[in-house]
Amino acid sequence: MSQEALQVDLKNTESIEASERQARTRAMTRLLRYTILRLMALFFTVVVGVYITVLIANMGGYVDEIRRGQIRESIVLAASLDPEFRQLPEEERTALIEERVAIQEQRYGLDQPFVIRSFRYLSNALTLNLGFSEGLTSDSGSRLVKNIILERLPSTLVLFGTANLLLFFVSLFLGLSLSRRYGSFFDKLVLGLAPTSAAPGWFYGLFLILIFAGLLHLLPFGGMVSAPPPENPVDYALSLLQHMILPVTATLISAIFLTIYNWRTFFLIYASEDYVEMAKAKGLPDGMIERRYVLRPTLPNIITSFALLLITLWTGAIILETVFNWPGIGQLYFKAIGVYDTPVILANTVVYAYLLALTVFLLDFIYALVDPRVRVGEGSHGR
Amino acid sequence: MRAITSFLKEIRNYPSAIVGLIIISFLLIISIATPIFIPYNEAVRLWRGGEDIWAEYPRNAWPVWRNWFSSTDLPSTIVFNSSEGEGVRTEESVSDNTREVRFTFEFDFPYDEFPPELILFARAQFDVKQPFLEMTWFTPDGREIRAGEFSPGPSSSFRFSQDSRLQRRLERETGIPDVPVEKGLFDDPSQEGLQPLNGTYRLEVSALLFEEDSDVDVTFVSYGLVHGLAGTDHRRRDLMIALLWGTPIAMAFGLLAALGTTVTTMSIAAIGVWFGGWLDALIQRMTEVNAIIPLLPILIMVGTFYSRSIWLMLGLVVLLSIFGLSIKNYRAIFLQVRELPYIDAARSYGASNMRIIFRYMIPRLLPLIIPQIVTLVPTFVFIEASLAVLGLGDPILPTWGKIIQDANSQGALFNGFYYWILEPAVLLMLAGLGFAMVGFALDRIFNPRLREL
Repeated sequence: MSQEALQVDLKNTESIEASERQARTRAMTRLLRYTILRLMALFFTVVVGVYITVLIANMGGYVDEIRRGQIRESIVLAASLDPEFRQLPEEERTALIEERVAIQEQRYGLDQPFVIRSFRYLSNALTLNLGFSEGLTSDSGSRLVKNIILERLPSTLVLFGTANLLLFFVSLFLGLSLSRRYGSFFDKLVLGLAPTSAAPGWFYGLFLILIFAGLLHLLPFGGMVSAPPPENPVDYALSLLQHMILPVTATLISAIFLTIYNWRTFFLIYASEDYVEMAKAKGLPDGMIERRYVLRPTLPNIITSFALLLITLWTGAIILETVFNWPGIGQLYFKAIGVYDTPVILANTVVYAYLLALTVFLLDFIYALVDPRVRVGEGSHGR
Repeated sequence: MRAITSFLKEIRNYPSAIVGLIIISFLLIISIATPIFIPYNEAVRLWRGGEDIWAEYPRNAWPVWRNWFSSTDLPSTIVFNSSEGEGVRTEESVSDNTREVRFTFEFDFPYDEFPPELILFARAQFDVKQPFLEMTWFTPDGREIRAGEFSPGPSSSFRFSQDSRLQRRLERETGIPDVPVEKGLFDDPSQEGLQPLNGTYRLEVSALLFEEDSDVDVTFVSYGLVHGLAGTDHRRRDLMIALLWGTPIAMAFGLLAALGTTVTTMSIAAIGVWFGGWLDALIQRMTEVNAIIPLLPILIMVGTFYSRSIWLMLGLVVLLSIFGLSIKNYRAIFLQVRELPYIDAARSYGASNMRIIFRYMIPRLLPLIIPQIVTLVPTFVFIEASLAVLGLGDPILPTWGKIIQDANSQGALFNGFYYWILEPAVLLMLAGLGFAMVGFALDRIFNPRLREL
């Protein structure tokens, strides 16, 4: 080979590498743009969703009542601590308190028309700035609604993160293997069991508690860790795991059969495509066919269906936590309802909206990662 | 007619659907029969009633079917009400104004466990001087135990377990310290420890009446550990009432909500597709916002702040599901339907927009919505139960969810009252499975594309 030819060849390789790099950066920017756009759209969605929530909560003027009550309470408290104030005659005192309340209400904008006020509530709700709870306290003793909720959020995320990840991967794996064994006994079994998904997780939780805690005494009735929490982190994790078995199983039972059935159907649809037949004809190994030719094109569908599933599962989480006495935000709802703690209920609803939005966003992001149309296709992600 | 027969022929290929149909018809029959036999007002009165209605029922009693599965025979409730002529009443004059009325209650006790409670209710009529009651307990082996005495008012009750003198007497009789009265009375002294003695027991209540017009009536209740087909709860209420009345409520809620949401969702999707443009875009965005609004939390909020009426909840469920995600599915199909020639034909003869939407487009999707409605029913049945479990059930109506809530708050699983949760749970499960199985089969019948898979 001549020197020149070699150089040309080298140049070619370089240019190929460069163009590949370019393509990758272009794909990345597109992904980034898609993500940012989705994030903005979702943020807008959350804002509208929370606004509607605030409107519903305010229909009876409850948020206003909380605010007014808080203002009055703090002013009366401040006044009662003031020795000079106590010496004033009764009438003057009430007049002064009323005056101060009016000033504060004006400061918080309670004298403004509702439309303007509602936007203020919206921003407060979005930042979870909902003041103090009426009765509930966090374990650390704080009465700030934000603290109460943030303290409980990790427990919920641990439980449902685990349950949903398990659900996703187990369903994916079993769905794939069933699509391979189409028409077999297990396939028919899953088809027969699919209607069990009509009942929510907490419902199966009751049965699981009855069997494994009540009758067999194998697992705890509820809670997150055993009664005095173990000091040793390993013991703590083990205790946590032990307490998680039943709620996670309940969630799985309530969703898994229908999910497997649905996903298996997706796989079967894609497995009958011509290009899969082609790959089979080429003699590619089964594993490769499944991964590249069946799983890849099905994933966007699967992720969409998982997103829908998660939305319902989140809702069911409230009662699942109540039934299992799991100290998460779902159980917080139950407690807050019990004592009519309005700010906590409102804030919890907002957190739920956030969680749903976050779920949708995460899945959207994964969708963008697995769907080649988002990365490669020039503006072809119109769905 | 032919459509129905061909449908029946089709459904015969799905055994699960037949099972589902049987379950649904069973539930529907209960739903129709219950309000006829237990009118609404009566059910509410019974369910909200306290000790006045349920005094003669045991607390937390298992259903009788427990005895069928277990070798130990648990006692049933035994009631003698003298005002209904139960037991033997004899009367004799002691002196001028004083009469002695004697009630004899004789009953068989073939059970392996002791009753949890014994109470004698007495209703006396008198002007000034209260009658005086004296009870004697005769055991099958011929022993005679003085079982206490008291002077009843117009409505009083004598709880055997609270008579400390009787308790001490029984301690001597059985030789067991701190023996509970209801166990001591039925104990077999010839055996070690506490063992109920089977045979015929007799309780004699002798009442001394000191006035001419004075009278007394008594009711003796030996409470059981099992009661009725459904058992009772912590407030002695017969669970059967809530189980029966829960059925029409669950069915009505589930069916109405499923029908309401599906029809409205479909209409909105059709309107969006037909008019297109900004309306369609708005509907799409509304759907996305709606997906973020958490349904159950909103229901909880409304339930806590305003009203727990089941009809308000139903309205809200429908309202919040109108912009459900199924709009996207319907939209995709309507987009195809819109392009079909018969729609063009309708337009060319001058059909109005609404006529096209409601007479031509929506009916086209009927095969799709029927399975949809049927599969949606359990979702709403469970939403209603979920609300009740959270303590936000309708304040008046007895429902399945409320039984579960009561049971849960009383630690039913922890205390071993499994029937309390199992009964409503099984009914919920039946409702869920029944509709889901039929819906599944309908889906496969109406969407033949699925049948091959």
